[in-house]
This record gives sequence, C-alpha cells and structure tokens, in this order.
Amino acid sequence: MNKQVELKNRKIIASQHVKLGQKNKMGQTYTDVNDIFYKAKQTANFMTGSEVIRAAIKVASVGTSVAYPITPQSEAAALIGELYAEGYVDEYFRGESEFAVMGQCAGSAFGGHRVFTTTAGPGTLRAMENFPMWAGSRLPIQVCVTCRGINSPLSIQPDTLEMHYLLETGMLVWHAETAQDLFDYILKGFIVAEQPDVHVPIAVCCDGFFVTHTKDTVDLPPEDLCLTPYDPYRNPQPVMDMETAPIRMMRDPFVMKSNYISYATHASWQQEVKAAVERSRKHTIPLLDGLIDEENTDREILIVGSGTAVSQSREAIRLLEAEGIKVGLVKIKTIRPFPYEEIRRATKNAKHIFVPEFNVAGWLAREIKANIPDNERVYVGPHVAGGMTMPSEVIVEEIKKHLGMEVAARGTLG
Amino acid sequence: MSHYEVKAGPEAFLPPAAASMGNVLPDPGEAHIGGEIVPEDEAYDKAARMILGAKVPTIFPGPLVLWKLNEHSNAKAKAIRELALEAPMRIIPMADYRPKYPKIEAAVEINPNHPNLTIWHNKIDVCIFIGVHCHMANLSLKIIRGGTSCYTIAMCAMAGHEDACLSFRDADLTMVNKLKATIQKLKSEGVKSQAVPFTQFVMNRSGFVVEPS
Repeated sequence: MNKQVELKNRKIIASQHVKLGQKNKMGQTYTDVNDIFYKAKQTANFMTGSEVIRAAIKVASVGTSVAYPITPQSEAAALIGELYAEGYVDEYFRGESEFAVMGQCAGSAFGGHRVFTTTAGPGTLRAMENFPMWAGSRLPIQVCVTCRGINSPLSIQPDTLEMHYLLETGMLVWHAETAQDLFDYILKGFIVAEQPDVHVPIAVCCDGFFVTHTKDTVDLPPEDLCLTPYDPYRNPQPVMDMETAPIRMMRDPFVMKSNYISYATHASWQQEVKAAVERSRKHTIPLLDGLIDEENTDREILIVGSGTAVSQSREAIRLLEAEGIKVGLVKIKTIRPFPYEEIRRATKNAKHIFVPEFNVAGWLAREIKANIPDNERVYVGPHVAGGMTMPSEVIVEEIKKHLGMEVAARGTLG
Repeated sequence: MSHYEVKAGPEAFLPPAAASMGNVLPDPGEAHIGGEIVPEDEAYDKAARMILGAKVPTIFPGPLVLWKLNEHSNAKAKAIRELALEAPMRIIPMADYRPKYPKIEAAVEINPNHPNLTIWHNKIDVCIFIGVHCHMANLSLKIIRGGTSCYTIAMCAMAGHEDACLSFRDADLTMVNKLKATIQKLKSEGVKSQAVPFTQFVMNRSGFVVEPS
C-alpha cells in the first residue's frame, strides 16, 4: 500500500449526515457509528442469532426490508416484520421468490433507501444473478446469509458452500463467528458498504442454526440510538434508470455494441467494482479492529478459519494444549476483501496450517493456498458438510494424524 | 506499501485499477500525486504547474456541475469557468454517461465509455475531472491511462481517485478557487502558460455549437 492503514487510535471518518443528532419518528437519536460502539454503554443480553438480527435492524435506520421464507433465516425475516409493525422499518413486504426479493431490494436501493434482506442456501443460489447486478449498479444493499446446505438432496442444516459462490460477485463478504459478531457486522457493514468510495453490496454471513438458533450473550448499545440514515447523495453512480434519458444505461447498453471500446468499458467497470471492494479495507480495519484476529501466531502449528469453525478450533486448541501441543489461531473476519497481507504475515512462521471448514469444497483453504508462499504447508481440512457438526475432537484427531502422532482408536462394529 | 505509480500512459491494453494494486485514498487534508499521499497544499502546486506546462489543458466538467442542482453547484460551475479563463484551459463537458453511437463528437464532448477518443482528437495532454460521479470518473481514468499520454487530475467532491495521476478529495468551491489562486501566483512569479491558442466553443440551448458572440 502507498500508505499503511494503521489500527492505532483510528476511527472510521465520522458521519456528517445532516440528521446527525436529530431524532427519528420512534424517538431514536441518529448517532455516528463510532459513538454507538465506542462511547455508548453496552448492555449484556442473552438471545438467539435471529433475535440479534432483529436487535441490529431496530437501530439500523433501515428503509426497506424484503422477506421470503427459507430456513434458517425465516425467523429473522419475521422478526423484522414486527419492527415494521412497530414503526422501526419504513417498508416491509414479502417477495414472490428470492430472485424477486433481490430485484425488489435493487429497486428500493435505486430509490435511495437503506435496504436489508436475509436469505439462505438454495435461496442464495436462486437469487444469484442479482448479486453481481447489485455490485455493478453500486447498490450498498445488505443481505444477511444464514448459511445452510444448497444441494440436492436438500439439507436445511449448516453448510458454508454458498459463500463460495458469493466470492466473485463484487460484494463485500464478511463471516460472523458469533452472535456478537453478527450484531456488530450488520451495523458496521452498512457504514462500510455505504462509503462513497466503496458503495457496493455486502453479504454478512453466519452459519445457520449454530449462530441463528442458539442463544449467546451479546452486548448491545442503547435502543434509543440509531445509525445515521443512508445518504443517496453520496452515491458514486447516478441511479441507473432503465428507460429514461439521460442515464438510460440499460436501454442503450454498451454490451449491445460489438466493438473494442465497449469491451474496454466493461472491463474498466468490472475493475472498478473490484477496486471498490479493495477500498473497503481502509474503513473496515478500524471498525472491525483488523480483518483478522490472531492468537499465538508465532507457533509452528496454526489453525486458520472463519465462522463457527473458529469456535470449534478454540476448543480443539485447548484440548491439544492439555496434551502439550501448542497451536495458534487466525480468525478471518472478511472473506472479501480477502486479508492477503495479514494472512501472509500471520502464517510466515507456521510449518503446518490447518483450515477446518463446514463445506465440501474447501474454498477457504484454496484462498489461503493461493495467497501464501510454500503452500504445501496448508492442510485442506478437516472438512464436514451437509449439516454435520465438527466436534473439536475431530479437529484434534486430524491435526495429530497429519503430524504422525498416535490417535485414540474409534469405536468399531467388530 | 504499494509501489504502484500512477502516471500518464499509455500504460497497457488493460491497465489495473490502482486500488487493486494496493494504493489507498488520501484522508481529509491530503491528496495524492502519482499514488503517493501528500499534504493537500503540495498538490495545488503540482496541479497548477502541470496545467501551465500543458499545450492543451482541458477541464471535463460532469453533470454534478453542469446542471444547476443547487446553489453550490451553480457557484462551483462559475468558479470552474473562472479557473478555465485564468489558466487558460478548454472546457469539454461530460454531460451524461450513455455511450455515444454511432460516433462521438470528439471536438466538443467527452464520454466515460470512450474518453480516449476525445483526448486523441484534441491532443489533450493535461485534464481535470470535476463534477463527474466517482464510478464514471474511475471508469474513464483507467481507459485514459491505458491508451493515452494525458496527465489526469481529479478534483473529487468525495473521497478522491487512485486512478488519476493526481487527486484531491472533498473538493468544494474553496478548493477550485485555491487552484485558480495557485495558478495566478505561479504566473505572477513568471511561469508562463504553454497552452496553444484556442477559441472555446459555445453551445446553444439545443446543444448545437455556435460562434461565440
């Protein structure tokens, strides 16, 4: 980088929204995100991930939320409906399908609203065409993806394969480990995604059921504060009206014209969306306290993970420690932008790098292998998929096996 | 730290986005020159010298200053005209962003989808983007860097542009006037404009080019 983004004493540039300090119709005060998280008193609550989504949206100054039922996000979508009834969300309705929902989200965002929706698994895949459309149109919509199986035979259980499909859509992709992460990422995600130099959609992902349907302690700011609203006048792109001159981008599309310059425009456009994702680092690093968390990364054995695989790894590390095996941990918070430099730095001393994942593809291990030198150090696994749990003992066993250590025999039928 | 220097091209068939090479935008009070973050004051001097040293320095005003959206855009547009007269610089508008087919009028307009045509036609060696939506400015800046030797300056009202050779951020009326004042100061110190003589074209309300009255 031409200038290192320092963490120390750094805050995201404070909001200058005209409504800052004013009250909304529910009596909440529009407040800068820095003040909500770093000045306001936080109170511990015991709640499910779905309730956390409701709590976040209650203070997020959301204009429109569009819902469509699919497990495991249906409860969160229904709870946002309650917020609409109470007056905390301006518009709320049910789409005809996930594809329709994402199109309706685009319309609302084109119209200048802050937009939030939720989906999961097959819903994410059904909606997929819309995600690069959102990104190309520079719409800072937030979709909370509560990951579950996507394939046939259907599984409603946790599986992060759908995140693999989101990686090249031009969206920011963040992966929450806990309910606390989920709350923080939803609110901070709006602020980062709406920066004029970023202004692309964001997928805040969490592992379905493990996060959405279990209770956890979550620190929440006071409910009488709320985010400053979205400011459509800081949009880096005029609204892409489909029909009306002078910004009839879709009616006179350069894609229809087969000459060199039209392709150059497309290429530059795609580069610009990728560049916008890269620019988000500067805003994300201070708000999330870095794109990764590190624990004992000077050790020779490291686990690198994201989502609830990190929680399982923490316990595995404790079990290994009891046997005298010292293992470090890297938690990846943002998958897009991918923390290339941070991962290279954190893994530079490691001789063995394990990447536990809740999906059959091992996409996170691929990302890491593509990024670090001497990538034979990366062990692609352990994996589970299709809704299996990943007991900490399995991570322990796989690490010990790979290192040539003796492992306890499993039960046999004989 | 990135070592990617953003300089006038022609750089490549498809040059990269500077942000993807690791270049970071300036913070308030800063600018960048060639990708290096500098205090804003330093950038005025460099921009003014580039403008005065150019043969065909040109301002590309975009819709945010071409349309009277509010009093600020009105005042800013007037300040831009004064800047153009002071330097002197030509003004070629980027009135909207639709691709122009079958053919752009390269002498009198610029378009973000094929900005190189205008730069080639008019032999523009230094330009300023102002009042252009950020996405469209970046779209253009990369294409210009890819295929032309034009030195690009962005006076961005938002966060700035890594893809310009020099970029200001938060550029308001005061900053436009400050650039004009820097040009005046350099001229008073003996720096002469190298601009080739030209007559600024004038359009009537129907968009036709007319003789200046």
